[in-house]
Amino acid sequence: MGYDPTKPMEGRISDLGPPNYEQFFPPVIKANKGKWLWHEILQPGVLVHKSETGDEVYTVRCGTCRLVSVEYIREVCDIADKHCDGFLRFTTRNNVEFMVDSKEKVQPLLDTLAGLGNRFPVGGTGAGLTNIVHTQGWVHCHTPATDASGVVKAVMDELFEYFTSMKLPAQVRIALACCLNMCGAVHASDIAILGIHRKPPMIDHSRITGVCELPLAIASCPLGAVKPAKAEVDGKEIKTVKVNVERCMFCGNCYTMCPAMPLADPEGDGIAILVGGKVSNRISAPKFSKLVIPFLPNTTPRWPETVQAVKQILEAYAADAKKYERVGEWAERIGWEKFFEKCDIPFTMKSIDDYRLAYDTWRTTTQFKYTSHIK
Amino acid sequence: MAKHETPLLDQLESGPWPSFVSDLKRQAEKKPECWDILGILELSYKDRITHWKHGGIVGVFGYGGGIVGRYADVPKLFPGVEHFHTIRVAQPSSKYYSTANLRQLMDLWEKHGSGMTNFHGSTGDIILLGTRTENLEPFFWDLTHDMGQDLGGSGSNLRTPANCVGQSRCEWSCYDTEEVCYHLTMHYQDEIHRPAFPYKFKFKFSGCPNDCVAAIARSDVSVIGTWRDNIRIDQAAVKEYVAGNYPPNGGAHSGRDWGKFDLQKEVIDLCPTECMWMEGDELKIDDKECTRCMHCINVMPRALRPGADQGASVCVGAKAPILDGAQFSTLIVPFMKVSKDNEFEELIEFIEGIWDWWMEVGKNRERVGETMQRVGLPTFLQVMGIDPIPQHVKEPRSNPYVFWKEEEVEGGFERDIVEFRAKHAA
Repeated sequence: MGYDPTKPMEGRISDLGPPNYEQFFPPVIKANKGKWLWHEILQPGVLVHKSETGDEVYTVRCGTCRLVSVEYIREVCDIADKHCDGFLRFTTRNNVEFMVDSKEKVQPLLDTLAGLGNRFPVGGTGAGLTNIVHTQGWVHCHTPATDASGVVKAVMDELFEYFTSMKLPAQVRIALACCLNMCGAVHASDIAILGIHRKPPMIDHSRITGVCELPLAIASCPLGAVKPAKAEVDGKEIKTVKVNVERCMFCGNCYTMCPAMPLADPEGDGIAILVGGKVSNRISAPKFSKLVIPFLPNTTPRWPETVQAVKQILEAYAADAKKYERVGEWAERIGWEKFFEKCDIPFTMKSIDDYRLAYDTWRTTTQFKYTSHIK
Repeated sequence: MAKHETPLLDQLESGPWPSFVSDLKRQAEKKPECWDILGILELSYKDRITHWKHGGIVGVFGYGGGIVGRYADVPKLFPGVEHFHTIRVAQPSSKYYSTANLRQLMDLWEKHGSGMTNFHGSTGDIILLGTRTENLEPFFWDLTHDMGQDLGGSGSNLRTPANCVGQSRCEWSCYDTEEVCYHLTMHYQDEIHRPAFPYKFKFKFSGCPNDCVAAIARSDVSVIGTWRDNIRIDQAAVKEYVAGNYPPNGGAHSGRDWGKFDLQKEVIDLCPTECMWMEGDELKIDDKECTRCMHCINVMPRALRPGADQGASVCVGAKAPILDGAQFSTLIVPFMKVSKDNEFEELIEFIEGIWDWWMEVGKNRERVGETMQRVGLPTFLQVMGIDPIPQHVKEPRSNPYVFWKEEEVEGGFERDIVEFRAKHAA
């Protein structure tokens, strides 16, 4: 028997939660949990962990495009069946990891992966670039200002050598969010790619009454730009909203709440670049990413302006930062004026904060460096 | 469903990084609706706007969330994605899988859905991307009956919790992130499946301050492992690092010549509190001054280990910018034992203390971090019955706009102007 739509609650099972993780542990993980002593990165993408029992586990990390098919997952399973006793895991940055319990088993696994075209690039460890945490984009979401999968592919193609090597001062985390809901990690990444709008919402007066709870749309605006209003539709006066265009900074949150306020636009929409965020507590406290490029266009399908900007920042950082220094630590040490100069990014008014606690970000000291910005 | 011309997307098939376009095309050979995914995406690449209609409310009986409804705005052109709902499936802790489990899930998804997935959503769920409304209940039936698995969370509820790899494969994890994540996910199934909160609420569990699951940035309750005794030093191993026999940072920088390992420059001089020094050939740490940032341990994993008296720091209130700006979680409990021995009692009591208060006073669509800002950290601490300590702040306030309660001030607030005037004429 299966689901019976005439008796929907009959035989229903609920509140099971996820499967217990322990049943999916490779034997060497099960035997050594909590007993690990140290680890080492043998080569880009290959880790070894040593246990106090003397056991070792070797992990091979591969990049994935996160948006993957059933066929791809079956291919992952084939690899794990062949080399890893039928076990595998995914990382918090959507890489896939294959584990084996002896060094002799590593090379055959690497050979299998290398034989699968470019589908399983090995890397993403140490002081390199790993996978880009990203969102739904035009593949599934209704509020994006840019795509996710396509931009990520374009950026990773260009920076691929950094995924398969470990030659940066520290690991570099790139993240992408297709609107400023910032699903994922854009607000705390070394380099962040963020979809933005630049035009206020249109208001569909003919639909708003039926589809929108007006007080929610009004309360959704961080700047109080949405006000109640009246409009005439088919000779009848209806309740609607108006947007004070001077106060609107195009966040799109009113559209999230109200389907009658769409704002997507092919020319208006694009990408902003933020840099210098981190989540770890290593040496310095976690940092938010800061906006350094206010707008780059949505140039489909390969976003060359965005790719170039990310590469420029990454390479300026790689050339100048000290060992262990994250992008944000580097920028703060040299000063943001130097960051803009070294990355060859024009500084614009858009990078100056004007939202609420903005004052704390202005320079209330005479300490600054003379850069090309001072004429 | 026919194949569409995709000249723009075709350009994303070249290059070294795995191509989602090639993968979609391969899947389309078996699941023709994937041609329509490519078709509608190509149209978005041409028009440079999304082609998904606003919102979409679908689900399964008994639950108030778990499925994100979605409809194409051009269903006639692309009937295969007319309905394109996403199902969130609860993932196992640390995202370990057996191939048997994954193959069974993939078979189910091939039967009921588009054949496309996300491994994984940012919150942690397995994302099954794209199916029709009428398939939701049959899929859920098979998922629960055949696989014993469940949906994840969506809406104004507890979302799917997630954790770092933890003790299963990391020497630094200061508590069992997998077990607490699993235990709390099971404990709060009702809060996950039936939205009862002012807004969404997330848990994340990291084993140490490296924070590999980004708990401090991406969860309302961020549990981050730490210790309160001394860093364990193996002096013989320190010597091996100095001698160049062990690679610093586990070999993380081996792609570039950074010169010979320099313990002074790379560890001692970078310690944020300057609490390390060499005494002869022995490395010393003044642990009372250490803030457990992990740097020295990260650089010398074979010589230094976290202390043995382990637990977690609990921080509260992280969120993305909407509405009042992005927030990291703020430190509330510096050290808490996180142990299965008492069924994580202390952490559960803490979480429920927050919920009891926030469910009452949180405004519609107000994250707990915003509620904390609105009422102030002092009020939040009082509500939670937590005494203020200097660790709660980065620095004391600099403005003098301090609230006092009437009972804190001698004589109270009720005063007589006539009495005042007797001493001080107008």
